[in-house]
Amino acid sequence: MAEITKLVHKYLRHDKKFPHVWCPGCGNGIVLGAMIRAIDRLGYSKDEIVMVSGIGCSGRLPVYVDFNTLHTTHGRALTFATGVKLAKPELKVIVVMGDGDATAIGGNHFIHAARRNINITAIIINNNIYGMTGGQYSPTTPYGMKATTAPYRHIEHAFNIAELAVTAGAVFVGRGTVYHARLLDRLIEKALLKRGFGVVEIITHCHTQYGRRNRMGDAVAMMNWQKEHAVRIERAADMSEEELKDKFTIGVLVDRDLPIYTEQYNLVRKQAQEQASRQ
Amino acid sequence: MTIKGKKKPRLLQGNEAVVEGALAAGCSFFAGYPITPASEISEILAYRLPQVGGTFIQMEDEIASLGAVIGASLAGAKSMTATSGPGFSLMQENLGFACVAEVPCVIVNVMRGGPSTGLPTNPSQGDVMQARWGTHGDHPIIVLAPSSVHDSFEITVQAFNFSERYRTPVILLSDEVVAHTRETVTLPEPDEIEVWDRIRPSMPPEWYIPYEDTSRGVPPMGIFGDGYRYHVTGLIHDVRGFPTARADEIEPFMQRIHRKISQHFHDIQIVKHYMTNDAEIVVIAYGSVARSARRAVLDAREKGIKAGLLQLVTLYPFPRREVVGTIRNSRVVLVPEMNMGQISREVKRVNEGMTRVATLNRIDGGMITPQQIYEWIIKE
Ligand SMILES: Cc1ncc(C[n+]2csc(CCOP(=O)(O)OP(=O)(O)O)c2C)c(N)n1
Ligand code: SF4
Ligand SMILES: [Mg+2]
Repeated sequence: MAEITKLVHKYLRHDKKFPHVWCPGCGNGIVLGAMIRAIDRLGYSKDEIVMVSGIGCSGRLPVYVDFNTLHTTHGRALTFATGVKLAKPELKVIVVMGDGDATAIGGNHFIHAARRNINITAIIINNNIYGMTGGQYSPTTPYGMKATTAPYRHIEHAFNIAELAVTAGAVFVGRGTVYHARLLDRLIEKALLKRGFGVVEIITHCHTQYGRRNRMGDAVAMMNWQKEHAVRIERAADMSEEELKDKFTIGVLVDRDLPIYTEQYNLVRKQAQEQASRQ
Repeated sequence: MTIKGKKKPRLLQGNEAVVEGALAAGCSFFAGYPITPASEISEILAYRLPQVGGTFIQMEDEIASLGAVIGASLAGAKSMTATSGPGFSLMQENLGFACVAEVPCVIVNVMRGGPSTGLPTNPSQGDVMQARWGTHGDHPIIVLAPSSVHDSFEITVQAFNFSERYRTPVILLSDEVVAHTRETVTLPEPDEIEVWDRIRPSMPPEWYIPYEDTSRGVPPMGIFGDGYRYHVTGLIHDVRGFPTARADEIEPFMQRIHRKISQHFHDIQIVKHYMTNDAEIVVIAYGSVARSARRAVLDAREKGIKAGLLQLVTLYPFPRREVVGTIRNSRVVLVPEMNMGQISREVKRVNEGMTRVATLNRIDGGMITPQQIYEWIIKE
């Protein structure tokens, strides 16, 4: 434990005024820890990492860590990140988004970033709710649940973020939870190593805004829920539809290779320059 | 900035001249979304930027376009986008981000008739107030308006220079007439063009305080990846870039981002005088209307009428001192515009009863002709 704390401190911004904005027990800290461990293990320098976020509780994550950090507008993190990456492809660009951030207001940018296969790692912290604004329903709030804007019950159907990413063309898609900490570390590591658009959807709890309203208990109870409802994707293959009914899969959903945008654009540059020199 | 050309004359469209100006100023990144009458800027840059090692990308919408432009600028590229009314509306939120995070970038808005989808292929000047106040909250902004093809080149260079020097978004308000008029122009050689780059930090990274006040009010700008790690946010922030709710940090920040522009009015506020010295009738115009006005003034002078034109190149910060100085001794001021009266409101605001301010507005999708202005002058 002490070792882990020490490691995190190596990356925290000590001139930043603490405490942080998150509720005690929030899963966002676990995500930040997992990201730091993965970055540290892979040996990236602080200078080469650009951590970009949108707006939400999740969006506050980069401010605490000593990288190049960019806290953008709600839903638009991937667009800013695209500019950073194209202007300086040697930088390692990591984007952190909330479920509302990435799939409501930013849904269009999300599918297009995946389709382009821009070399960016997208971490989506899915707590099934708009945490920061006080518990309104998000595109991943399950049918039948309650939110401040669904005081009776929610009548829309939830996005499956990881599968959306697969369909949109992401070359690496993983799903983990904040309960399964080791798997999470590995998924983030794999996504960072992947060349192309890599996505990790992280199922987490917002006990303050979502759990309380839906009688799901405190942070610990909600993490237990994650433990009981997550199924390793390898095991899910052998399970019946009935057994999988109220479960979700965790692990690597997709790992494939497609041409990468920045490399393709380099070829375009070469072609353009050759044509120009012939004229 | 005066530009003398020794190159061969070329037949160019306003939009093409914007591209030439951008490349001359060192633009290496463009992100945009197609829209009439601005699309040529995208199309030509898609062809030209990779030739010079730059990057073009067509994004999924205008919100994404300005997002990418800001990101690229933070990574060190001089960046631009181009759009028209509907797209400009979509850019407003990220425009405010660029103001608050002090990210240099150039946004070209080739104005067409509005509101809404409006008149896609007709000229207009209906976006002046949106350029000034479109994004929410108090913010400083620089808005420039070219009136000809040559202007389009020169003022695009100027737009990049201002954006870099003052770490601010600069809006280039072109209009459909300027954008699509073809003229023979002689562009200057690269060594004849003055190009400014943002000031970068030179102190050791551990001493760098990213949003510290300076005598110019513009802090040196670290670039992602060059060792000056810092936090960039759209939240109001302290001098280190971290979000703050402290009144004693909010106030100085807001004051500084306004002061960095107001303290340099003399540099930023560009106007052109045509025979205003002894003018009894002063026409104040910008964009394509300024050209019609110039013709009308020349024709009136031939008839012995003391008319003059004050062309506003900088619309914002509104060149109050130049306007007041020019209209003070006039009998009447005319502000012709292709809108219901936007810059005329500013002229009236600074006039304070010195003279009479009249308007001439055209909102039927047509341009204001020299004849229209001439007839008005004659009647006076
Ligand atoms: C354009 C815009 N619309 C609305 C908001 C208000 N807003 C801030 S955060 C947020 C939702 C956050 O939810 P999510 O993305 O799931 O992040 P979380 O707080 O749950 O981590 C909203 C709607 C905003 N900041 N900007
Ligand atoms: S509101 Fe929810 S998501 Fe936000 S900090 Fe609290 S627990 Fe975390
Ligand atoms: Mg959420």
